[in-house]
Order: sequence, then structure tokens, then C-alpha cells
Amino acid sequence: MVLKITLGVLLTAVIVFGIGLPMSPHPQAWYELPVIPGLEEKARIIFFHVPTAWLSVIAFLTSMFYAIRYLRSRDLRNDIRSSAAAGLGLMFCILATLTGAVWAKFNWGSYWNWDPRETSIFVLLLIYGAYFSLRSAVEVQEKRATLSSAYSIIAAVTVPFFIFIMPRIMPGLHPGSKGDPEGAGPVIDFKMSPNMRVIFFASLIAFTLLFQWMFSLRVRAAEIEAHNQQRG
Amino acid sequence: MPPGKAPAGALLRSVRTVFLKDWRSELRTRYAVSALLMFVVTTIAIILFSLGSEGASSDALDGMLWVVIFFAAMSGLSRTFVMEEERGTTLTLQLAAPPAAVFFGKLLFNLVLVTGINAVTVLLYALFINGFVIRTVSIFAVTVALGSIALAAASTIIAAIIARANTRGTLYPVLSFPIMLPLLLSVIEATRKASEGAFFAEAGGEFQLLISYIVVVVVSSSMLFEYIWKD
Repeated sequence: MVLKITLGVLLTAVIVFGIGLPMSPHPQAWYELPVIPGLEEKARIIFFHVPTAWLSVIAFLTSMFYAIRYLRSRDLRNDIRSSAAAGLGLMFCILATLTGAVWAKFNWGSYWNWDPRETSIFVLLLIYGAYFSLRSAVEVQEKRATLSSAYSIIAAVTVPFFIFIMPRIMPGLHPGSKGDPEGAGPVIDFKMSPNMRVIFFASLIAFTLLFQWMFSLRVRAAEIEAHNQQRG
Repeated sequence: MPPGKAPAGALLRSVRTVFLKDWRSELRTRYAVSALLMFVVTTIAIILFSLGSEGASSDALDGMLWVVIFFAAMSGLSRTFVMEEERGTTLTLQLAAPPAAVFFGKLLFNLVLVTGINAVTVLLYALFINGFVIRTVSIFAVTVALGSIALAAASTIIAAIIARANTRGTLYPVLSFPIMLPLLLSVIEATRKASEGAFFAEAGGEFQLLISYIVVVVVSSSMLFEYIWKD
């Protein structure tokens, strides 16, 4: 209950302040957001797009965490958690790709142009797709759990090449790439004013709580389903 | 001897035995080698036909070489594990050798296979495709060598997964592609540098990426293999 109320307040605040606060070139009052050259009003996407991308990675790591636990314990409840996290990750990954593509259309002029960031989110999508096609190809429950766990761990050790290394070392259009005139590195370090940071981190926390809530709902539903199947 | 507890010398001997077993059975049928060779020849012929008398840009040809190599690997490298399932010899092999020996033996076999096939592919590609020019041979040689090792490493563990699933053929490239993309992107970039005539040191970043990729994939798959291999 506390979780739901906190989540409701946080998300409402993020939506109201993230979209509603005015932007000015020389911010004076606490409520004025700075104008970032080249991004302007389009910078507001950072409050929503970055948390979804963040969640698609968090979900991926959660899935890997439960995959390792499954391989150690051979307890099918861990497999339920692993696949539930992957399912949510796929959803947030699609959301991040779509919001990013719409933003790219207005900022760069086309929906898709293989910026290193776009390549990395595309790979993440492919991995989620491969993970679920592998799961659908195996009938026996234990075998499916083992194989998909192994695959998600293998994917998790190769994905950092994309998410964390490549976008920073390759020149690209995405804010924070190599060649960005204001420097490569996390955007929060050098482009955001304190009030933007407050909204941004509130949004990250809110989305993480949202993930936590959706994850526990999915796990409970899947466990009830598994329980019912066992009883016939 | 309990698996995993074997001393290093005994493990190396069983790795060699598994490798020799695969090697001999391959020599008997020559299935993988002939299938792979025919695949490479067909693909290069298709590229030649589709290009016709038109030349393609050097960048496109550099990338196309790795398209041929990737799909050749996808058509033949799952064989080592799928073969055991089809013949029903998985159980015997599980009893006869520790998982680590099976994994490294198969990895070695795939490595030999993929290195040989890549050498032939590169040779045919350089002979028949006009416009494919390598100016810095040292970069290209290291790229093909590291690329072959990385390709063998990633494809062996995916093959082990795929052999246990029901649909073997179609799923193999689907599962392999996202895992292999870091490797493909860096070998393509390095090949481009080789054909532009860059200095050896300029490809250092790609080589570092490839070496760390190989280490990460081999270490993690040798740890995971035991779980996949034993039901």
C-alpha cells in the first residue's frame, strides 16, 4: 500500500513537473529549467526515455540474477522470476526504442540511423527476442529453464560491450557519445541543472518502483498458474 | 574420476581424446567440411552473379566477406553437438568424459574447422572478387585469426544450447547473432582499416575488444557448459 501511494505521488510529480515547468535561457527561479543548446524543449524526453532504457537493462540484470540462482538451485520458482523479468524488460525495451525513435525524428531528422546507441538497444531487443524464441522451442519445463538461463547469462556477459563501452568510444549523435562537443560521459554530469537532476532521479526511482510492483504481480500470477497446472 | 576434480594433465589428455574422436569421425564422413566448403563456394558465386560487371564499394565488400564467414559458421558449427544428439551418443559421452573435456575438445575442433574454412574463404574471396584489396596485410591476418577464435568460442556454446532444444536449424543464427555482434562489428571495422592501408597500431582498439570478447566468452561458457550438458 505504501509502495503504491509513494509510486503514485512520485510519478504524478515527475509527469507534472517534467512536462509543465517552463524553460528559460537564463534560469532564475527554482522552477525554471535551463535550455540546453540543440535540445531545447525536446530535452524533456530525458525524464521518460532514459528511465525506460534504464529499466530494460535492470530487468535484464534481474533476469540474469535469477538465471544464476536457477542453475544453482534448480528451483523452478527462480525460472518464473527470470522469465517474468525478461518479459518486462522486453516491454520497456520496446518503449525505449519507440520513444527514442520518435525523438530522433524531431531532433536528427529520421526515425532510425544506426547511431551506436540505437545499435545497442536493437541488440538488446534481439536478445530478448532470441530468449523468448528459445523458450518457446523447448517443451520440457526443466530443460527450458536450464537452456534459457544459460542463454541469458551468456547474453549478459556480452551485452556490456554494447550498452556501456561502444556508445562511449564510437562517435555518434546521441547525447553523451564520443564527439559530443560538451564531452562524452553520462549526460547528467554536465548538462543538467540541479532542478532537472531532482526530477530525473525522482523519475528513475519511480520507474524502478513501478518495475518492482509489476514484477511482483507477474511473479504471483505465474506462480498461481503453475500451481493450478500441477493440480490439473 | 569425479568430474571437475581431474588434475590438469588428465584433463588435457581427455580434451585431446574428445578432439581426436570428432576429428576421426569428421574424416570418415567429411560431412562438415564438404558442407561448409560448398556453402562458401555457393555464396561467393551468388555475390559474383549479383554484382555482375558492376563493382561494389570497398567498404561494402569488406563487410560482405564477414557476412559469408558468419553464415558459413552458422551452417556448419552446430554439427559437433547436434551430431551427438542425432546419433544418440550424448549419454555415452556424458559418462566417458568430464564436461570440461567435452567442451574444450569440441571448442578445439570447431576452432580448427573454422580457421581452415576462413582461410579458404579469404583466399577465394580475394581471388574472385575484384575490388577487394587489402593494403595492410598484418592487420588483416590478425583480424582473421582473432575473428576465427572468437567465432569458434561463441558458436560452440550456442551449439551446445541449440542441440538440446527441439528446433535446431532455424534457431542457431537467431541465438548467435546478438551474441556475436560485438565481434562482427569489430572485425568489420578492422578489415576496413586493413583495406584503407592504416598502420597496424590504429587497429589496436579493435584487437583489444576482440581479445577481451574471446576471454569473456570462453570463461563464461566453460562455466556454464556443465549445466547445459548434464540434465
